[in-house]
Amino acid sequence: METLFSAALGLLVAAGVYLTLRPRLFSVLLGLTLLSYAVNLFLLASGGLLAGRVPLTDQPPPWPDPLPQALILTAIVISFGMTAFLIVLALRAVAEKGHDHVEGREEEGGR
Amino acid sequence: MPEAGPARRPLAIDADREFEALLLATIVLLPFLLMLLPAAFERLRLSPALGAGLVALAAALPLAWLAPAVLGGGTVLASVEWVPVLGLELAFRLDGLSMLFVGLILGIGLLVILYAHYYLSDEDRNGRFFAYLLAFMGAMLGVVTSDNLLLLVVFWELTSLTSFLLIGFWRGAAEARQGARLALLITGAGGLALLAGVLLIGDIVGTYSLGAVLASGDAIRADPRYPLVLALVLAGAFTKSAQFPFHFWLPHAMAAPTPVSAYLHSATMVKAGIFLLMRLWPALAGTDAWFWAVSTTGLVTMLFAAWVALFKHDLKGLLAYSTVSQLGLIMLLLGLGTPYAELAALFHLLNHAVFKASLFMAAGIVDHETGTRDMRRLSGLARQMPITAALATVACGAMAGVPLLNGFLSKEMFFAQTFGIGTAQWVWLLPAAATLGGLLSVAYSARFVHDVFFGAPAGDLPRKPHEPPRFMRVPVEILVVTCLLVGLAPALTIEPVLRFATPALLQGPLPEFTLAIWHGFNLPLAMSAIALLGGIGLYAWRRGQGALSRDHAARLSGKQLVESAMDGLREACAVLGDALERGGLRLSIVTFLIASLAVGYAGFAGTWPEATLSPGGVPAMTWVAASILVVATLATVGFHRERMAAVVAIGVVGLLVSVTFVKFSAPDLALTQLLVEVITVLLFLLAMYFLPARSPREGGVARRSVDALLSLAAGGGVAALTYAMLLSPPDTISHFFNAAAKPEGGGYNVVNVILVDFRALDTLGEITVLGIAALGVVAMLDGARLGGPLADSEGRPWTSQRQSLFLQVMSRPLLPMALLVSLYLLLRGHNLPGGGFIGGLVTATAIVVQYLAWGTAWVDQRLTVRYLAVAASGIAIAAVTGLAAIGVGAPFLTSTFGYFTGPVVGTFELASAMVFDLGVYVAVVGVVLAILATIGRQHVVVDKA
Repeated sequence: METLFSAALGLLVAAGVYLTLRPRLFSVLLGLTLLSYAVNLFLLASGGLLAGRVPLTDQPPPWPDPLPQALILTAIVISFGMTAFLIVLALRAVAEKGHDHVEGREEEGGR
Repeated sequence: MPEAGPARRPLAIDADREFEALLLATIVLLPFLLMLLPAAFERLRLSPALGAGLVALAAALPLAWLAPAVLGGGTVLASVEWVPVLGLELAFRLDGLSMLFVGLILGIGLLVILYAHYYLSDEDRNGRFFAYLLAFMGAMLGVVTSDNLLLLVVFWELTSLTSFLLIGFWRGAAEARQGARLALLITGAGGLALLAGVLLIGDIVGTYSLGAVLASGDAIRADPRYPLVLALVLAGAFTKSAQFPFHFWLPHAMAAPTPVSAYLHSATMVKAGIFLLMRLWPALAGTDAWFWAVSTTGLVTMLFAAWVALFKHDLKGLLAYSTVSQLGLIMLLLGLGTPYAELAALFHLLNHAVFKASLFMAAGIVDHETGTRDMRRLSGLARQMPITAALATVACGAMAGVPLLNGFLSKEMFFAQTFGIGTAQWVWLLPAAATLGGLLSVAYSARFVHDVFFGAPAGDLPRKPHEPPRFMRVPVEILVVTCLLVGLAPALTIEPVLRFATPALLQGPLPEFTLAIWHGFNLPLAMSAIALLGGIGLYAWRRGQGALSRDHAARLSGKQLVESAMDGLREACAVLGDALERGGLRLSIVTFLIASLAVGYAGFAGTWPEATLSPGGVPAMTWVAASILVVATLATVGFHRERMAAVVAIGVVGLLVSVTFVKFSAPDLALTQLLVEVITVLLFLLAMYFLPARSPREGGVARRSVDALLSLAAGGGVAALTYAMLLSPPDTISHFFNAAAKPEGGGYNVVNVILVDFRALDTLGEITVLGIAALGVVAMLDGARLGGPLADSEGRPWTSQRQSLFLQVMSRPLLPMALLVSLYLLLRGHNLPGGGFIGGLVTATAIVVQYLAWGTAWVDQRLTVRYLAVAASGIAIAAVTGLAAIGVGAPFLTSTFGYFTGPVVGTFELASAMVFDLGVYVAVVGVVLAILATIGRQHVVVDKA
């Protein structure tokens, strides 16, 4: 289980980093989304992987670690805010310049 | 019964003390609190000067109340802890010395405000000017009344900042901006040195409290760090009081409006350095190092600046250098170090404040009425403005040390103090230098009076000169009459003032002194006579030579040095920036990646946790889920240039992440992730309409290979890190949260209790950030001209009219049901999975579905709230819940809960944290809808276009 989880996380990070290095804002956005998935899962793993329980103290223990969960919950919502802002940034870039290249100018011989 | 009296008396005294302390704090804080009053007056079409004057008067009233106690030899103290860890407290002290300065600051301040009312034209933003002036006044009052050295430094820097604003008040003029910057740079740097010195003093004494520091003079002087302390404190004082070689900022500060020069550069700010040395005199003075450093600096400054003053053509330039010179004289007296010299220094400081403020005002009147300050053009003004001429002549007489005026008395004391210093063969040096300084001051005073007011009438003045408005002259008249009164009857006027102020300065007994106009024929009188005659002679001689009308080519000046240093710094920064920013964003990210990879992999060197894997294999369903995750992730990368396909693929990844949360015991996260995923996909779809459908293929194979290698390295590193972490023995700090959630937070759902109770401040910050993001989205799209395509990629035209009938039918009953569910999720959040975030997302999704089914216009007609306002009110609800805790005396965001029994519903629980969660709910609904609806409305704009 630990091996599979780590490998999947590694794949998410690799895909996220690769997309973040692409020259279009849209790809960067996809990459950042994948990276935030990875970071959230990493935080979850930092509390230990406990399957099939709930963090409710009226249920019998063991309980999963609630602290990473609280951190992740806020992180999910914040990354939604960031995604929305980046999308709008891309929209504005398209409105002003007609493309969403991260450097603000099209590369030569791009197409 | 007899015991009752004594037992009650201390109480009464304490109440008195507290009231006095409050009054004292009021003096300093009032100008800050009411600094916007002049601006408000301006709005109401009243004179802003009136507002500023009222504030200054109001600050002076408490002084009248406190004066008797201080005059009786007492000291009023007030203190409130501010940052106790640092030893910083809001501590004020009013003793003889500080009261004298408070009186000076408020008194001259009032006169300057009256003067400025006439000086400034209505086009200047006078409200702003007087607001700055009040802030400066408050800062200056703070400097002279601080009872804590750190607090003194705080106010000290505030005077630098506010003087920057005042000098640069006419920001259209390059000179004003440069002068302001220069003054800030020099005095601000000095302030930093002073801070370092004060920190050292605090380290030696063990406290920053002024009373303790003044009593520890011996300990400070005996400490090996004393030379350093002295050097740092003197650096602060010399820069502020414009001593050589830091004097050059003051002449450039003359670009300020003249009322500022009259206030800051004659009476108050430049005296702050002198005040500091007076205040710390008992703690620092009395050593050879003090004597040599202070008196030499003072002497050099006095002679050098007086010589330069003689050759300035600008009236204010002459006054600026004469100020530097007179400050040098006072500094020299401080350096001599005898109690009598201190007294003379204090006396001359007062006299200088009075005559120099009046001279600046007179110079301002001349400038105001003639349009020029150039002494080569001005001449014979005594005919057109005889009263101003008379006033300026008297004030100049005081500056030159003419008998029967106040300057004469303090200068005589100065001369008398110069004897007997140094070894036998050098004993003549100081008296000679003092006489030379006096002689030069007579010469430049004579030039001021003679060049401007006497001689042939000037021909080519920009304006036809005449007397100023009646009340513009009043401040000058008051000051000049003060010069005369002090000069004619010192024993009646100034002697009592010095008698009560000096002991506080010395922290010891008052030296024997008498002030009289006539001390008989003695050496000081002879020196005065030489100075007077010689000065007039020098002026006449240099004028006859034509030396006073020549242009003096600018030699190497301090200003140039500072500016070339600044230019060099700027160039160095540019070089550094260019070196770091070479290849655009990608290179920056790559550099960052490589650096973090190196650091990350280095961390693994030689360590690997030893633990066994968890027992049991991986269930088949997990393999399936993991396979889907892998495929979807690879599809996102593979299709990233086909944008629509990538959106679908990444949606699948998000769903799988949500499933992972379900598996690993995180139901709240799973719900949140699921809802955010839905909304994010909607967001992408809304935006896709305007974005290019495909990304072009960019960069060669080499670039993509490098990127792929870096990505694999990063992924491998994270995988290894995760693996290592999962194998390490679990360790958690969450036992507290699990144990305290129910008894202290009133909820079983620990995650939710952490969010709305234990770490509610973080959550408040988070919803605020969300609100800012929504605001950013709205602002970014405001005025954006988006052009969407009219047809899809296969040529079928887009339409916004046709909506799905199926969706419309389904959406109607969905809304109330979804609202009910979201309410349920919100309310149960404290004990079961749910809460404000999840409930808010459900509500938002339900409303977004209405937009999808019926179109933007249809929903906007029926739902007329402004979503940003909804978001703001959510944040407000959460914040007010937190503030309510303060209202009942608990810290911000403390929560409480209780159990209530009602009919039908039975016993139920209410927690204040639920109200906080309600705020979160409202904020989330507002933010999500603001973002989605704003982007959605762009479609309507395109359709209409």
